[in-house]
Amino acid sequence: MTDQTAPAAKQPTQRTLQIRASLRRRHLSEQIFRIMGIIAICAALGFVALLFTDVLRKGIPAFHQATLHLDITFDPEIIGVDPAPVQIAGQSAADFNAAQLAWQRNVAMLNWNNVITAAMTEAAPEGFEIDSRALLAIPETNARHVVREAFVADPSLLGQTHRFDLLASANVDNWVKGNIDRSLDDSRQQLPADTRGLVDILVENGTITQDFAWGLFTNVDSRAAPASAGLAGAFMGSLYMMLVVIVLAVPIGVASAIYLEEFAPKSRLTDLIEVNINNLAAVPSIVFGLLGAAVFINFFGLPRSAPLVGGLVLTLMTLPTIIIATRAALQAVSPALRQAALGLGASKTQMVFHHVLPVTFPSILTATIIGVAQALGETAPLLLIGMNAFVASIPGSPVDQATALPVQIFLWQGNENRNFFEARTSAAIMVLLGLMILLNAVAIFLRTRLERRA
Amino acid sequence: MTNTENAKMDMVASKIMTTQQSVSAAMNPIDSLERQLRLTARDVTVHYGAKQALHGISIDIPDRAVTSFIGPSGCGKSTFLRCINRMNDTIEGARVGGTIKLDGEDIYDPSLDVVELRARIGMVFQKPNPFPKSIFDNVAYGPRIHGLAKSKADLEEIVVSSLRKAGLFEEVKDRLSEPGTGLSGGQQQRLCIARAIAVGPEVILMDEPCSALDPIATAIIEELIDELRENYTIVIVTHSMQQAARVSQKTAFFHLGNLIEHGDTEDIFTNPVNKQTQDYIMGRIG
Ligand SMILES: Nc1ncnc2c1ncn2[C@@H]1O[C@H](COP(=O)(O)OP(=O)(O)OP(=O)(O)O)[C@@H](O)[C@H]1O
Ligand SMILES: [Mg+2]
Repeated sequence: MTDQTAPAAKQPTQRTLQIRASLRRRHLSEQIFRIMGIIAICAALGFVALLFTDVLRKGIPAFHQATLHLDITFDPEIIGVDPAPVQIAGQSAADFNAAQLAWQRNVAMLNWNNVITAAMTEAAPEGFEIDSRALLAIPETNARHVVREAFVADPSLLGQTHRFDLLASANVDNWVKGNIDRSLDDSRQQLPADTRGLVDILVENGTITQDFAWGLFTNVDSRAAPASAGLAGAFMGSLYMMLVVIVLAVPIGVASAIYLEEFAPKSRLTDLIEVNINNLAAVPSIVFGLLGAAVFINFFGLPRSAPLVGGLVLTLMTLPTIIIATRAALQAVSPALRQAALGLGASKTQMVFHHVLPVTFPSILTATIIGVAQALGETAPLLLIGMNAFVASIPGSPVDQATALPVQIFLWQGNENRNFFEARTSAAIMVLLGLMILLNAVAIFLRTRLERRA
Repeated sequence: MTNTENAKMDMVASKIMTTQQSVSAAMNPIDSLERQLRLTARDVTVHYGAKQALHGISIDIPDRAVTSFIGPSGCGKSTFLRCINRMNDTIEGARVGGTIKLDGEDIYDPSLDVVELRARIGMVFQKPNPFPKSIFDNVAYGPRIHGLAKSKADLEEIVVSSLRKAGLFEEVKDRLSEPGTGLSGGQQQRLCIARAIAVGPEVILMDEPCSALDPIATAIIEELIDELRENYTIVIVTHSMQQAARVSQKTAFFHLGNLIEHGDTEDIFTNPVNKQTQDYIMGRIG
């Protein structure tokens, strides 16, 4: 600007005009590129936002669940059981044990539904006529186990009244949450008319409330009692697999990358290996599942549905990613650093471990965490090694039967009780995404920390 | 001129004074004595793949003196320098022929350990390349890997004396634990020199050590080289005729992979025998 007001300003030359003309073109193309970039980012963010709002909208209701607060009386007449055996003087330990077992067997055989029916009748308003079948549709089918277990654990409850927080059945939950069209006629309703009426009354008087669904995190999957289905088993399964992947894929991947990049002589063979590793990264994950089934299960005879096998398959799948990322990180180290170390008389190993690895550590770490996170979200290969089996227990070790979070999502997504499991599925997705975000946050945190220190 | 620049100039001046004193005090009239030969190279050739970069270089490099390599870009100065501590081994496709002897011992003998050789022949690179570690660790690294320090106090002693010799100690004594990469370019280069000295090498190779530095930092380093000459054999590659003239006692002129002429620096610069040498020196200086 000031140039133009200066007295020395003269007519622009032909050259300047040419440059100006090209400048306009350049600015224009830059402008176009910027706009396209912004559009692309907006589109991407839009899709992400869409995904998240959809998942949140569907999943959040699942964190609260219709819960039945019942005062249950352990009436000896209804239960019809003797008091728990007490060790009498002179009785041997074995005899006492036998008596105890007999009593427990007896307790298990009882129809605990009677107790619940009685309590429900009590909770219903005076004179509300309802048959016991319709009544028992309200609590989830596992309620009798809950009550029985409480009794076995504490036989002194006999004759007493105790307040229980029981899960309401999935159908009741649906009804209370308004997932079911109330105007549908009886033949198309899941619950009998009497039950629906009673549920409404119980909601009204506070016997049924929406409580936080701890069971989602503490329970295992369940088919008989869908309302109690939880993620604990799948979560542990995923955790074990992650452990296997971290223990195997990270050291093997990083070590092979270091060897290939720093020590291996450049030859046909190493070229071939390199090409193969790159190709391996592009192999569809389901193929790794087939391989895992053939090698680990059929050949090595490892158990089906075990997180160990799942972890091994995911390790195979993650290895190329980790190797490629680590090699890229090693290649990015400036030759000056290597020369500095070698020039001082460091051996190759010292150069790598004292200088190259420390500077590449943050990138290697990020790459491995992202690789592990990817493995954690993988579903297809797990289906082929039987990890989609229905497992109703928390795996105690990596060789126990288990499922995994993404597989659990897949299973719930296919559950016939759509109304109830749609929300559960989204809740499970939220848990899985939360885990991913956590892993990535750890990666970012470690990275910035390590980079600041370096 | 700013205050800091003034201060730097003062510092350089005072350094020059002390050096002159120490040179005269050292009772080491190098120029008058027959210098002991340290390195002898015979018919050294280097190929990078199919391309020959050096064609039979034969040269003797004397002890306790600075030898400078000059010549146009791409003539093979760095290549020859790297032959001396076998850094060419680390370059893929590089092949070295001929013999180089350090005190009569063939450094390309297969039974010789490169790691030991590089501890005896240190190197300072064109661009300062401190490790991304603390100043202390930078200098301590060499002694550590070679097991030169018996105790922690020993190590500290080595670090401090190396930094002193490199003329850096006063500037960094309060921040030895700060990263070496946070120093100025000239300080970094002196740190690299301190790092090389800390290993206690017999020969120090420097590949254009001042090309990334300003005149003040250059003056400090040149001063330093002059001091180091008392105890080390120094080989320096430089593009600056003035620098070669200032710091070296011997000069070798390379051209297109050949050693055209070498001898006492004074002779090379005042009456070069070879026409090419003459052209190069005149072209640059005149
Ligand atoms: N790593 C390498 N691979 C292939 N050729 C190389 C390599 N290093 C150097 N050369 C070649 O060898 C010849 C000598 O290179 P060198 O680096 O020794 O020159 P120089 O005299 O140090 O030049 P400069 O003054 O520019 O640093 C050049 O032709 C160069 O292209
Ligand atoms: Mg060079």
